[in-house]
Amino acid sequence: MNHEHDHDHTEPPEEIELRVKALESLLLEKGLVDPAALEALIDTYEHKIGPRNGARVVAKAWADPLYKRRLLENATAAIAELGVSGVQGEDMLVVENTADIHNVTVCTLCSCYPWPTLGLPPIWYKSAPYRSRIVIDPRGVLAEFGLTIAADKEVRVWDSSAELRYLVLPERPAGTDGWSEEQLAELVTRDSMIGTGLPKSPDDAP
Amino acid sequence: MNGIHDLGGMHGHGPVLAEVDEPYFHHEWERRAFSLFPALFVGGHFNVDEFRHAMERMEPAHYLQASYYEHWIHSFETMLLEKGVISAAELQGTAEPTRNPVAAPVLTLDMVPLVVQTGASARVDHAVAARFAVGDQIRAKNFNPTTHTRLPRYVRGKVGRIEADHGVFATPDTMAHGQGEQPQHVYSVSFTALELWGEARADKVYIDLWDSYLEEA
Repeated sequence: MNHEHDHDHTEPPEEIELRVKALESLLLEKGLVDPAALEALIDTYEHKIGPRNGARVVAKAWADPLYKRRLLENATAAIAELGVSGVQGEDMLVVENTADIHNVTVCTLCSCYPWPTLGLPPIWYKSAPYRSRIVIDPRGVLAEFGLTIAADKEVRVWDSSAELRYLVLPERPAGTDGWSEEQLAELVTRDSMIGTGLPKSPDDAP
Repeated sequence: MNGIHDLGGMHGHGPVLAEVDEPYFHHEWERRAFSLFPALFVGGHFNVDEFRHAMERMEPAHYLQASYYEHWIHSFETMLLEKGVISAAELQGTAEPTRNPVAAPVLTLDMVPLVVQTGASARVDHAVAARFAVGDQIRAKNFNPTTHTRLPRYVRGKVGRIEADHGVFATPDTMAHGQGEQPQHVYSVSFTALELWGEARADKVYIDLWDSYLEEA
């Protein structure tokens, strides 16, 4: 599933580079944006917000049954308990994988994604192949991610077309009894919280 | 609108190509483009529904070829021009930039942490009756507005079940066109693979739909 950058149809970037520069310069000259604020936004979303936030939520839910109940009943509040909240996570829902149900999320109409818990979305999540196919052929798409779902298990695709944002609560891996939240969080991958992957097994832990 | 953005259920777009250890940004211009969204949003230059609708109005071939952040840039330019915040001559560099007569709010450095942590919920604190209850069987309406909607084509005319009532939210169909919040309930609605695609497998799609998108079935 590696890919070369040139599939992304954006090269050469010169034209778009100039276009962005022209718009940003104009907005600066008109006094409509503050350059220091722009730098702070970039730094925040490049370095401070990402799937480690979601992994802490999942690990706590695995370790603490009362937290898990709060998370499933009022995800926004439970996630905020860990200091995680904000833009594109204002109204959160957590959906739980079980022995009978595998959940996976998409936004077919644009690219809505829970930024506070997962960070900014990867390109494939925003791409036409994923958005078009995951609703009609979820098992085929999941197989491309190396995930085979048993025929008697329901695949539940969540199309976040409104303003609710979704986080998948994966099943806790076997062989992790007695693990701390910090240890458990190391097993939680971004894709396991989108639903296109599973958590790492204890054998893969660092 | 029945635009190119409404991709659910289409064939022919190829395999999903996931990049290992993908960075958040691949080019410096993507960082710049990203940062303009919160800045312009807080500046009050558009709401998120107007932002999405401007992307949906992109020429279809261009939409598919352009990357995500190019969609954003297209949307910023479109809205700022349409709303008169900038002029085409200013953007092309053929006219000197001028300060706008009415000063817009500016997202400043000190506001960034609070904005990031708070966001802007589309939930509306407004008592509106719900027309449907959990367990109701409904049909997604068959309508085809040329304007903004969040009812994708693949569920139109299909019968589903109300699974949850998420409460009251602003309506994107009006918000995108300056017609106000029109608060109404949003429901989680499930559709079977059999109903959507004619395939007898156990799978379902759950999608969040506004009250006005639904009718009794």
